[in-house]
Parts: sequence; structure tokens; C-alpha cells
Amino acid sequence: MFDLERWQEIFETLSKNKLRTFLTGLSVASGIFILVILLGFSKGIENGVKSQFEQDATNEISVRTSRTTKSYKGLNPGRYVQLTNESYDAVERKFDPYLEYRSKTFMVWGGTVSYGNESGNYRISGVLPDNQFIENADIGTGRFVNHSDVVESRKIAVIGNKMKQDLFKDESPIDKNISVYGVNFKVVGVFFDPGGEREESQLYIPITTAQRVFNAGQDIRNMSFTMKMEDNFDKAVKKSEAISQGIESQLKEIHIVAPDDVSAVRVNNTLEEAQKIYSLVATIQAVFWFVGIGTIIAGVVGVGNIMLIIVKERTKEIGIRKALGAMPMSIVGMILQEAVFVTMFSGLFGLVFGLGLLELVGPQIENDFIKYPQVDFNIALTTVFLLVLAGAIAGFIPAYRAAKIKPIVALRDE
Amino acid sequence: MISIKDLHKSYHMGKNSVHVLKGINFDVKEGEMVSIMGSSGSGKSTLLNILGMLDEADEGSYTLDNVPIKNLNEKIAAKYRNEFLGFIFQSFNLINYKSALDNVALPLYYKGMNRKERTERSMHYLEKVGLAQWSHHLPSELSGGQKQRVAIARALVSDPKVLLADEPTGALDTQTSYEVMELIQGINDAGKTILVVTHEHDIAQMTKRIVNLKDGVIIDDSVVEQVRASAHV
Repeated sequence: MFDLERWQEIFETLSKNKLRTFLTGLSVASGIFILVILLGFSKGIENGVKSQFEQDATNEISVRTSRTTKSYKGLNPGRYVQLTNESYDAVERKFDPYLEYRSKTFMVWGGTVSYGNESGNYRISGVLPDNQFIENADIGTGRFVNHSDVVESRKIAVIGNKMKQDLFKDESPIDKNISVYGVNFKVVGVFFDPGGEREESQLYIPITTAQRVFNAGQDIRNMSFTMKMEDNFDKAVKKSEAISQGIESQLKEIHIVAPDDVSAVRVNNTLEEAQKIYSLVATIQAVFWFVGIGTIIAGVVGVGNIMLIIVKERTKEIGIRKALGAMPMSIVGMILQEAVFVTMFSGLFGLVFGLGLLELVGPQIENDFIKYPQVDFNIALTTVFLLVLAGAIAGFIPAYRAAKIKPIVALRDE
Repeated sequence: MISIKDLHKSYHMGKNSVHVLKGINFDVKEGEMVSIMGSSGSGKSTLLNILGMLDEADEGSYTLDNVPIKNLNEKIAAKYRNEFLGFIFQSFNLINYKSALDNVALPLYYKGMNRKERTERSMHYLEKVGLAQWSHHLPSELSGGQKQRVAIARALVSDPKVLLADEPTGALDTQTSYEVMELIQGINDAGKTILVVTHEHDIAQMTKRIVNLKDGVIIDDSVVEQVRASAHV
């Protein structure tokens, strides 16, 4: 293997048969290249999806209600299920040890908000302080709704960055009064939301204030919680699923809804959603691997095939070499070493080329679902060595055949 | 140098079996130059292949330079070929992507000689066949006669005991044939034992002894007056 003379012989053979060497190398290099690109993009998709889920706390459970579809205990279908402070308190009390952040919301989808001469239509949400963490809202200036705001039903508002730009331009909004349905609210903070402009064109006020201003009494629109995180993802999914179900059946009992009425009380569990998406991503990755491995197998079979043709083409040469005293093992060694050298060299070339392309093009990709496509270098290197091994195996059959060539047959004049 | 006793060889092709050599007895002394003649199918090529250890006899004994040649596996055959024999073929059998020099050096590579020594020695033999200035040309850039000269240099380079030539002039015109034969005669004059398989009488007359083969047996074995090829050139 480290015989210098042998290497000289091989380099000479390869350099004098450039087209053949090039074609053999090309099939391997493109195989590795495609694998690297596929792996890179599957990583990119994984990164993209992960960052999508980072926008909201991924372990969120939210409850929404609508009209009943089934008659139950003498009540007619079509009745609106109205969540109240009371039902929220019941849920919170029952599941308290499992919950991290909790919030109930009363919202108005479009309310006119004005400041000076500027005005616009914005979503108005009455919330609890924890909502900041559930929605992943970042406070830019000022503060979020706090506990005493809620207790004292203060007329304060936290506005989104988009709203601030619309209404205040370059002015600082803090401690300014805005008018919501003709009621003055003092702005105490500005928030940013990773969800973008849509999430930032709304304002938060204390829920107690909202209920009072919009004459809602004890009604709330929805409630949302986050779960305390578990180390194990599957365990976390199971737990949040169990709790979602617990909340659902509790609320159905309180509001007298048939247990099998699926649309009246809906409990969404983002972790479950996340798991679905992750398993989709895993499937995509598996498919990519499958395609990549398939490509490599095709490349290796190609190498084996080309080596077979080479042996066929070189039958006479091998016969001559044997007549001049070449040992069978030296013929096997020659063919094998050539195969391994070509696969390794072109494999590394394809790897570097693929990695380079990912490095170059990766950061340019602006797509919500593909982010930073990259390849674990160790995995890539492992595939190259696997490829070399496969190349050796692919080269062995032709090499063995070459060793079996009888000089007398090879040298026979046609 | 060469001693063959009661040599038999059959080829099997499917159900048919052809008895090619039917008891050959034959001795060659050191320094002899023998031609083996016969029409096609007489078994002359088979005999040469057995002598060249490219093929094995079914029966009989073969001794080369007091070494019994039998039960050869591929490894030993390769070693003996490299040590004892030099081959010259009708179609030259040069490796087409190697220069004349590298072709000549190939047996030395399989001997395990280092590159420098190989090159020196190969150059020496290329000079001997008068092709020193063609050493870096590929076979495709050489004429038929030149190719055969390269092949002769290659056969000689490892200083073998015996030179085996299978129709060495078969692919050459008459003039070139005589030139090549002149070279081979010169090698024989220097003491090398040479066997030439041919079906051309004028070529056979240029050796010192003619063995006539017909249907697998020797029908005639006689010493002849050697015609010097130089007389024709």
C-alpha cells in the first residue's frame, strides 16, 4: 500500500488514461456531492422548522370554544359555550402543579385606536401578565401588564411596535394617552414579537379593564397555559396530551357539553403539533438519506462497472504483465488500489465542493422553512470512508477477475 | 538447458477433446538457436506455451536449467517466467500507454528493482537494439520493426536463460524481418539460448537447428547450416 514504486505505477496509469479516470471519478464525486447537498438541506429544513416553533413557547396549551353541535342533558345544540373567570379559575386550581405560565384573554378583533390625528384599527387583547411569556413578546421600551394593573383594573396599554410606528412615528409613546373606543389609556410599554408585523399590530391591556370597558362581565374569550418543560421530549408530549384532555373534559363538565362534542370546546396543544411537524421533518430526512445512499450505491456500482470494463479493456495488458512476471496479488493490488484511490480522491473532491456550495449559498437562502443548511463534517467524512470501503468492495470483483486472467488467453492473437 | 520427455497435452472443448501434443521428446543445449516449424494445428504454439510456462502439460517432464517445472501455481510460474524466460510475440504485445523505455523496464519492476537502476539498465538494452533516441516514444509512434526491437529489448532486460520467440517476424515485411533476425542472431552469438516458432522457411534457415512438428509429434529434427541474415540486409 505504501510502496512508492506501486504509486508511481498507478499515477502513470491514471494520468495516461485521463478520460477513464475522469469518468470514474465523476460518478463518485457527484454521488457524494448530491448526498452532501441533500443532508445540508435536510438540516436546513430542521433548523427552519425549529425556528418557526421558537416564535411561540412550544409547550403551549390553549382553549377556544364555539357553539355546541350535540344536544346533551336536555340542552339544545347550537348553544355558545362562554368561558368565564370561574371556569378559568377551576382549571387553574386543578392543574396548578403542572402549569408554568397562565393567562386568560378577552379580545376585540378590531377596535379603533387613536392618538392625536393618527388612528387605526387594531386588535385589543385583555390579558394577564404571564401572556408576555406565552406569546414570546419582547418588551422594547417600558414594561408589560403587571399584577397590580390587573387587580386595580388600570387603564394602561402595551402596544406593538407596528402600532407605535403607525401612531407615534418618531415620538416616544411612553406615558402618552391613546384613545380606545373613546376611553383614554396610558401607554406603558412597546413590545416586539418574533411573529412579525401582524402580531405587532395589537395592544395588550389588563383583562379586568377589558372586561369592564367592553361590558363583558365575567366572560373571557380563551385561556392559554404553558407546561413546565420535561427533559424528555416524548414524555413531555404525553404529559401535555394528558393535561389537554383533562382540561377539555373538566370544561365540558362545567359548561354541560357532550363529551363527544369535538367542536364546542377545543384544546390545542402546540407540543403535539410540534411533534407532528418534527416527525414530518424526520420523515423528510429519512427520505433524503435514502435518496443519498441510493445515489452513492449507484456511484459505487458505477465504479465497479467501470472497473470491470477497465479490466476487460486491459485484459491484454494484464496478460502481458503476467507473462513478464507479475504475481496475481500484484495485479489485484494494482486494480484495487486504483479503485480506492480514484473513489477516495473524487469522493473528497465532491465533499469539499458540496460543503463549499452549502457554505456559499446557505446564508443567501431566505425561506421560512429552510435556514442555515449545513452538514456535520464528521458525518460527511464517514460517508466518504464508507464510500472508499464500498469502492474497494466494488473494485474487488473486477480485480479478482483480473487476477484470474490467463496470460495465454490474453495474449492469443485475434 | 531445456529437457522435455514424453510430453502430452490435450485440450477439452465441451465434449470434444483434441490431443495436441502426442509424446514430445526434445533437448536444447545452452547457446543453441532452434526453430520449431510446422503448419497451423501442428502443436508448435502449444509446445511454446508449455515451454513458456503459460500452459501446463498433462503428462511428461520438463526441466529448465536443471529446475523441474511441475505443479506450478500462478505465483511460482510468474516468478520462473520473470527469472528464466524472455518472450517475443508476433504482435509485439507492448503496453500502448507506456513509453518504449517503460515497456522495457516492466520485467525489472516485477523483479523489484528500484527505478533508477531500472532506467539505466533499460536504456542500455534499448541502445543495444539501436533505439536509444526513441526511448520516450509511445509504441504507436514506432514502426513495426521498431516495436519488435523494443519487445526484444524487454525480453533481454532481465537477462533470462532462454528467449522464446513466437513468430517474431509474422507481422513484419521481409526486409524488416531480416533486420530483426539479424538482431536475434547477434543475441544468440553472444551466447543466449533461443527458441523460435515460425512457419517461414527462410526464417527457420537462419537458426542453427530446425525441429519439424506435424500432428503433435516431431517428424524431423536436424542441424542446419545457418544463413546469416546480414547477407540479406
